[in-house]
Amino acid sequence: MSETVADVSALIIQTLLANPKVPRDISGSSKIVEDLAFDSLAVMNFVMEIEDSLDVSVPLDRLADIRTIDDLANCIVSLKQGD
Amino acid sequence: MSIFTKYEPLARSLAAVTNGGGRNPFSVVIDHPVSSTVGVIEGRETLLFGTNNYLGLSQSEAAIDAAIGTVRTHGVGTTGSRIANGTQGLHRQLEERIAAFFRRRHCMVFSTGYQANLGMISALAGKDDYLLLDADSHASIYDGSRLSQAQVIRFRHNDPEDLHKRLRRLDGTPGAKLIVVEGIYSMMGDVVPMAEFAAVKRETGAWLLADEAHSVGVMGEHGRGVAEACGVEDDVDFVVGTFSKSLGTVGGYCVSDQDGLDLIRLCSRPYMFTASLPPDVIAATMAALSELERRPELRHRLMDNAQRLHAGLNAIGLRTGPQASPVVSVVLDEVAQAVQFWNRLLDLGVYVNLSLPPATPDQHPLLRTSVMATHDAAQIDQAIEIFATVAREMGAGR
Repeated sequence: MSETVADVSALIIQTLLANPKVPRDISGSSKIVEDLAFDSLAVMNFVMEIEDSLDVSVPLDRLADIRTIDDLANCIVSLKQGD
Repeated sequence: MSIFTKYEPLARSLAAVTNGGGRNPFSVVIDHPVSSTVGVIEGRETLLFGTNNYLGLSQSEAAIDAAIGTVRTHGVGTTGSRIANGTQGLHRQLEERIAAFFRRRHCMVFSTGYQANLGMISALAGKDDYLLLDADSHASIYDGSRLSQAQVIRFRHNDPEDLHKRLRRLDGTPGAKLIVVEGIYSMMGDVVPMAEFAAVKRETGAWLLADEAHSVGVMGEHGRGVAEACGVEDDVDFVVGTFSKSLGTVGGYCVSDQDGLDLIRLCSRPYMFTASLPPDVIAATMAALSELERRPELRHRLMDNAQRLHAGLNAIGLRTGPQASPVVSVVLDEVAQAVQFWNRLLDLGVYVNLSLPPATPDQHPLLRTSVMATHDAAQIDQAIEIFATVAREMGAGR
């Protein structure tokens, strides 16, 4: 329960890099749709993987406000803190 | 900057589909039907293997006669919403017929199947509730969830254990939890493990809504869908369905034993703010429902035909979903290959649906076929032979 945004961000990047189609130079400020060329379905499926790694559910309406990997990390940390 | 600038990527995707000189797969015109299984496309009689007209009832003589008779007595439209001037005796009669068919106390009829999902999901789940959706849900379910303002959580496709895990994360959270599954999934034709989902529902105290659009008239001893086939109808709180598949007309419905359903009529915007079904459609739907009830052999023939098509396509080395159901999809790897394959099938006289990602699971393009009770064996064999010819031409399959 004590993951920091940096921890979660690192985990997200690690998960993304397991996909060979993802550019190698991504960082916390990479934009998920624009920089990774993910369509809406790919984003939802990728978030599902992260949810399982961190035992958290990210409601779909929260995804609408997420642009970057760090945004997603922030969202997950706040959900885990019971926001 | 044009208001259409944001659609430039879409325009490029469409151009990529058509720039080899192929057709626009989203603008196919069936000039007119010759029968339930044959239509005229580009001036040629073409085998229809992509219409969702599972029992062939769009061409039912009884339904046609009922519609004609009713047009004479009732006119061609209602010009009104169900909550204003758009409820005639026929609407009530249809609701009673559908409720009786499902052995449920209540039924609400909508103007389309899309609106039935939109209207039920958006009204049942309020902003403090949770919707748990199968990841491969139909667009009408996703759109209903957006209209609902509820918290929306996806679970892995057809995976009751994954749903259970996600419900467990919500333990102690206030708000109703509504699980939404489909009976048969429209892209791959795979069937929901309804008994396992019902068990999760019972254990967690959630509500369960099943969209049986593709499975009513197709599965279950009496054609009431997958919940009937699995013996768990009592666990399904709300069944949503459509008239535009096995019943051959248009419209949608929800049936339930919950007395609260009547209140939904007063808060479901897709029910309230649209014109109601025209009388002839209602008459045709009731006649088609009688035929569905009277002729169980249609369902048996449909499943036999599904087996024949599924086995035949697999025998020529094409990859399909694991289950034989009235939706049989051939899975290909590349969009360009799927587009070319689809064009050649139509050149040679078979119409199927071309389904492209992201509307498909797993990012694979699909040649989606749907089979009918009214296809004869020769038509199915001919379609398989044409698939084999194109596969050979393209080096696809075995």
